[in-house]
Amino acid sequence: MGSERLIRAGHEMGQKEQLRQGHYACPGCGVALTMRLVLRALGKNTIAVIPPSCAASVAGAFPNTSFEVPIFHSAFEIAAASAAGIANALEIQGLNDISVVAFAGDGGTFDIGIQSLSGAADRNDNFIYVCLDNEAYMNTGIQASSATPENVWTVTTPDGRMGRKKHFMEIIAAHRIPYAATASIGHPQDLIEKVTRAQQAYGTRFIHTLTPCPTGWRMAEGLTAKSAMLAVETNVFPLYEIINGTRYRITHEPQKLPVKEYVTIQGRYRHISDEGIARIQKEVDEEWDSLVAKTKGCA
Amino acid sequence: MRDLLSGNYAIAEAVRLSRVQLVAAYPITPQTPIYERISEMESQGKLAGKMMRMESEHSAMGACIAASSAGVRVFTATSSQGLALMHEMLHYASGSRVPIVMACVNRVVAVPQAFGSDQTDTLSQRDTGWMQFYCENGQEALDTVIQAYKIAEKTLLPVMIVIDGFFTSHFIEPLDIPDEASVDAFLPQGIIPKRLDINKPAFIGTVVNAEHYSQFRHRTFDDMEKARATIKEVNDEYEARIGRGYGPVEPVNTEDAEIVLVTSGSITSTARVALRSLRSKGYKVGLLKIKAFRPFPVQEVQQALKEVSKIAVVDRNICIGREGIFCQELKAALYPLERRPRVTGYIAGLCGSDVSPEMLEDIVIKTLRNDKEEGLPIWVRKD
Repeated sequence: MGSERLIRAGHEMGQKEQLRQGHYACPGCGVALTMRLVLRALGKNTIAVIPPSCAASVAGAFPNTSFEVPIFHSAFEIAAASAAGIANALEIQGLNDISVVAFAGDGGTFDIGIQSLSGAADRNDNFIYVCLDNEAYMNTGIQASSATPENVWTVTTPDGRMGRKKHFMEIIAAHRIPYAATASIGHPQDLIEKVTRAQQAYGTRFIHTLTPCPTGWRMAEGLTAKSAMLAVETNVFPLYEIINGTRYRITHEPQKLPVKEYVTIQGRYRHISDEGIARIQKEVDEEWDSLVAKTKGCA
Repeated sequence: MRDLLSGNYAIAEAVRLSRVQLVAAYPITPQTPIYERISEMESQGKLAGKMMRMESEHSAMGACIAASSAGVRVFTATSSQGLALMHEMLHYASGSRVPIVMACVNRVVAVPQAFGSDQTDTLSQRDTGWMQFYCENGQEALDTVIQAYKIAEKTLLPVMIVIDGFFTSHFIEPLDIPDEASVDAFLPQGIIPKRLDINKPAFIGTVVNAEHYSQFRHRTFDDMEKARATIKEVNDEYEARIGRGYGPVEPVNTEDAEIVLVTSGSITSTARVALRSLRSKGYKVGLLKIKAFRPFPVQEVQQALKEVSKIAVVDRNICIGREGIFCQELKAALYPLERRPRVTGYIAGLCGSDVSPEMLEDIVIKTLRNDKEEGLPIWVRKD
């Protein structure tokens, strides 16, 4: 179901593909699907920045590239500063019709890249930052990051990670940037609309995408779209946007399916007890109530 | 035009004259006045470009690399810990072949924490693939920044302009400021490659295999070798247009010298005073100022020192586990000579402690009287 919607959304957009066939990602890669949709929405007049990450692997190796837009491969911790440098260079040259987009993973955003992103957001440098969150250092072989949820197995948290996932959207909101949103390939039309809204705004714009990783999440390749959709419909990853850091709007009313439906299709949660699932459910419910409360009074 | 300027302000003036389009900076003592002065120029509408006030030196260099790849002329400045934090991006810059010019104001690297001048911060960036020019004073720094843009843009290699913290960065001296028209004629705009072209999309900085990696490295090495000629040509042109020039080395009274004192940076000015005094007392002493550290001026050094029997090198830096870094480089450059001079290394002026003309005279006389091969550097401190 999810993949059909994704293909339909792609056709409806009428924009050319900017990611070619034959890229280097693992089968079922949520990162590749997200980049494809984002770049298709942004169009040809785009320059992308990619730090070392799964996103860089998608492109392949010299002298090939699977992208139709110029890519600047930045250092790991400065996707944002690099995008900011390019955005300013374009502005100086009067090239105001080119969008700059940074694609960084959760490690490159939540952990090592947070300083650079915070600096760029504070200056309100003019680019779109897309966090491709697959909830661990997948490119180096499934090590935990601060985006890895509690209880999740990774090679560096063999007994399940202690501590909850960092609430990154709150950190971003605190920077009062013009536009921030969550988006998912499970809901491609919503994702495309958000990329388009982001593209029309000026300043630092942030889109947090959850990008399921069959390799790291220990699930079948065919479950990428389904797991992305379930993350949204169970409220694990609600879809919303934040304007100027203060105006919250939920963009998709979730079905509120039990968290168990999302958790039990992933091998990385295989060891979790019923009590563990109940605890996640409680936390997810609390987070949702808190999000709904933030939307009150926002037009 | 003549004006009273500190070394830091002289560099800021050169940045303005070079019509730099993007300055990405972060404060650190003793470089900060460069950042402040350029901010002032921007607010007064005197800067041709835009400033990015960064969250770290690492990000400052990152923004410079990205912006330069997009085709604009960039500048940054730093010191000490800031340069150490940038280290990763220094390799990135030379590997990316971007013509960045950066001013580095020498300061000790912690620990111990301190503020005075010490060249170890820049010298420990030796292997990052940047050109390094050590300037004696503010005038030379101003002229060299303008030259550096031309050298960097011709060779597509980044350049560090280095001055001593406080001695050069904060001392105010009367300087000649070239007029804008002469600098514009010397330094054309718009020759930086625009590598992020939406009509010719490419992946910049992609992953390569071992064979390609070696090819890229070899080419960069060869281009740094070719840069030796470019550095000379650019200096000759600058001298013809503006009226001042500097070589990669400057020999003074070396022709008949029995002993030559080798210096870099601001200590060279002090050495000129010591040299006059020693000559008046009858010592056959010469001076060799080393300006270019990368590429290291091997032939020029050999040419200047091949007939000399004794050499004293003064280093305001220390490589723990070996010796002063200029001394080490000098010895390597002299090794191919058939008759190798005896080289004695002195460590002096660390953390900006004073190196007086008397101390330098003492170093020369002691070296003349010493017939021993000193294995280790001699540490010189004021009593």
